[in-house]
Amino acid sequence: MTVMEQRGAYRPTPPPAWQPRTDPTPLLPDAEPYRVLGTDAAAQADPELLRRLYAQLVRGRRYNVQATALTKQGRLAVYPSSTGQEACEVAAALALQERDWLFPSYRDTLAVVARGVDPVEALTLLRGDWHTGYDPYEHRVAPLCTPLATQLPHAVGLAHAARLKGDDVVALAMVGDGGTSEGDFHEALNFAAVWQAPVVFLVQNNGFAISVPLAKQTAAPSLAHKAVGYGMPGRLVDGNDAAAVHEVLTDAVRRAREGGGPTLVEAVTYRIEAHTNADDATRYRGDAEVETWREHDPIQLLERELTARGLLDEDAKQSARDAAETMAADLRARMNQDAVLDPMDLFAHVYAEPTPQLREQQALLRAELEAEHADQEGTHR
Amino acid sequence: MTTVALKPATMAQALTRALRDAMAADPSVHVLGEDVGVLGGVFRVTDGLAAEFGEDRCTDTPLAEAGILGTAVGMAMYGLRPVVEMQFDAFAYPAFEQLISHVARMRNRTRGRMPLPITVRVPYGGGIGGVEHHSDSSEAYYMATPGLHVVTPATVADAYGLLRAAIASDDPVVVLEPKRLYWSKDSWNPDDPQPVDPIGRAVVRRTGRSATLITYGPSVPVCLEAAEAARAEGWDLEVVDLRSLVPFDDETVCASVRRTGRAVVVHESGSFGGPGGEIAARVTERCFHHLEAPVLRVAGFDLPYPPPMLERHHLPGVDRILDTVARLQWEAEN
Repeated sequence: MTVMEQRGAYRPTPPPAWQPRTDPTPLLPDAEPYRVLGTDAAAQADPELLRRLYAQLVRGRRYNVQATALTKQGRLAVYPSSTGQEACEVAAALALQERDWLFPSYRDTLAVVARGVDPVEALTLLRGDWHTGYDPYEHRVAPLCTPLATQLPHAVGLAHAARLKGDDVVALAMVGDGGTSEGDFHEALNFAAVWQAPVVFLVQNNGFAISVPLAKQTAAPSLAHKAVGYGMPGRLVDGNDAAAVHEVLTDAVRRAREGGGPTLVEAVTYRIEAHTNADDATRYRGDAEVETWREHDPIQLLERELTARGLLDEDAKQSARDAAETMAADLRARMNQDAVLDPMDLFAHVYAEPTPQLREQQALLRAELEAEHADQEGTHR
Repeated sequence: MTTVALKPATMAQALTRALRDAMAADPSVHVLGEDVGVLGGVFRVTDGLAAEFGEDRCTDTPLAEAGILGTAVGMAMYGLRPVVEMQFDAFAYPAFEQLISHVARMRNRTRGRMPLPITVRVPYGGGIGGVEHHSDSSEAYYMATPGLHVVTPATVADAYGLLRAAIASDDPVVVLEPKRLYWSKDSWNPDDPQPVDPIGRAVVRRTGRSATLITYGPSVPVCLEAAEAARAEGWDLEVVDLRSLVPFDDETVCASVRRTGRAVVVHESGSFGGPGGEIAARVTERCFHHLEAPVLRVAGFDLPYPPPMLERHHLPGVDRILDTVARLQWEAEN
């Protein structure tokens, strides 16, 4: 036997034929956004759920109107209205169980409130008194996130940690269409898919990232199509159809909880108001477009369905409006009270224990405050 | 008095031991990063952890620093203590938004309700012949970010102690590991490794009367060597190892400078906008009447980290330190 023959394994094994890791077909979103209201599917929807969604939509709209009014009175530094997007906000909160977590972005105050957070505490960031008004652990709602998409990896990490601990907790992370261009969006989806983390990503595609329209934001067929590249299913849903958003999100949450991994949901909706009260939307879009979307209003869509099926009478409508009005009056009254802030709190939560350097600065501010106080006493005398 | 069996050990070994002891002591400690699992890290600091504690606790992640730190934030929110590895100094930059916008300020944003006990391990600094993006000294960026603690060991014992202290801390800590010292050995007692003092204490590595060299991390051994060499000139140099850049130990530093009356800050990172400026200002503000000369700095040049064939000209070495000390002397006499 020759040396070459002895080395039977000398010939390298041929490389394996290339195989796709995942069949992409089941991951692809539907061609059209999924709809329930006004279709045969509506008959399957739980009437009680639809009525709950309706009451929450009416309340959410009133909240948007009230908060915007508060910016005009100088009671809120800024408010990014979600008028027109209430169906996404409400369905997001209602699709979760109590033990689940919500990771909102700055426009998602309604989802935060629908999770049970106090309406005033939900506005603390936008009011400018503190960055987060609520305890994130009380209702399992992460702080409103201002940097785009950076909260998405947090949702992945939390869901992953929960699963490692054996808890069947799901994290729902919300982001806008502009946020899908950020690196953190990509990294979060990739981590979630690789780890099969129980996360649902909800993209509210409201057409504009401040002024930049979707066509200048992405070349993808839809934002839901981005899911395929990560190996997770993408779902496309009519974001103004509360019943459809609720159904798609509930499915995705259930799938995540049962170990099926993450889902990317794109809800196609529209921002009726400007980006915030500080923005002039007439510079980048026409009234005709806004009017088209007003005709596809989430409250009207649901109201029509409920009325047609005899599930909502004038009394029920009035009672939803009354509840919303009570909430708004309470919000108005409490927001009209001046916030009481302690300047010394500036140093309270930088570290568990202030550094010596912070202690020195704390002493400086204390002396300044005492001098200020003494001056005021002098003036009063 | 008990005799302690001291053995030679490397800083890398002490860091591995610190991770292992922390993971054994507390099941909520999780290590994650690129290559930390099967490979044991490119510097082998996480060697054996995946085998011992499982891949759920020592996890190879996708290659994405923002994702590594961002998911660590969520893990910490849920009660874990993540220890992330950034592999090389300049590879940490993609994670800066997570670090600055979330890690450093989550406690503050939530008024103390959501502290984040995250440890970020960053192998840093030059002198190992690394190509571009493998030798940066990025401490000034971390120091300038309120909410972070920043520590950097110079000895094997401190590497163990500071990393244990970092993992035990309820606040985020950036541990800057001088990669040029990973394989330097010194005597250590591996049978009874000690946690270090609370984070924020500097230590006098060598006492002296002529001047104080204020330094940290990879420059500590260089300063000790310079101090030995300075004896020939008749100078008796004190060497203070900061160990912690945030919080800063004004007390130890100023006590030393008040004794010696002269100070030189030595570090690898650039001097403009670098740690030395802050340190010199603090010393001047506190010890002005004890100073016989201005506080001087020996630092890297203000340029992107040079290619390895030129790095010896950039890094503060014994000669440059001694020349600077000579200037102190001159300033003092005139």
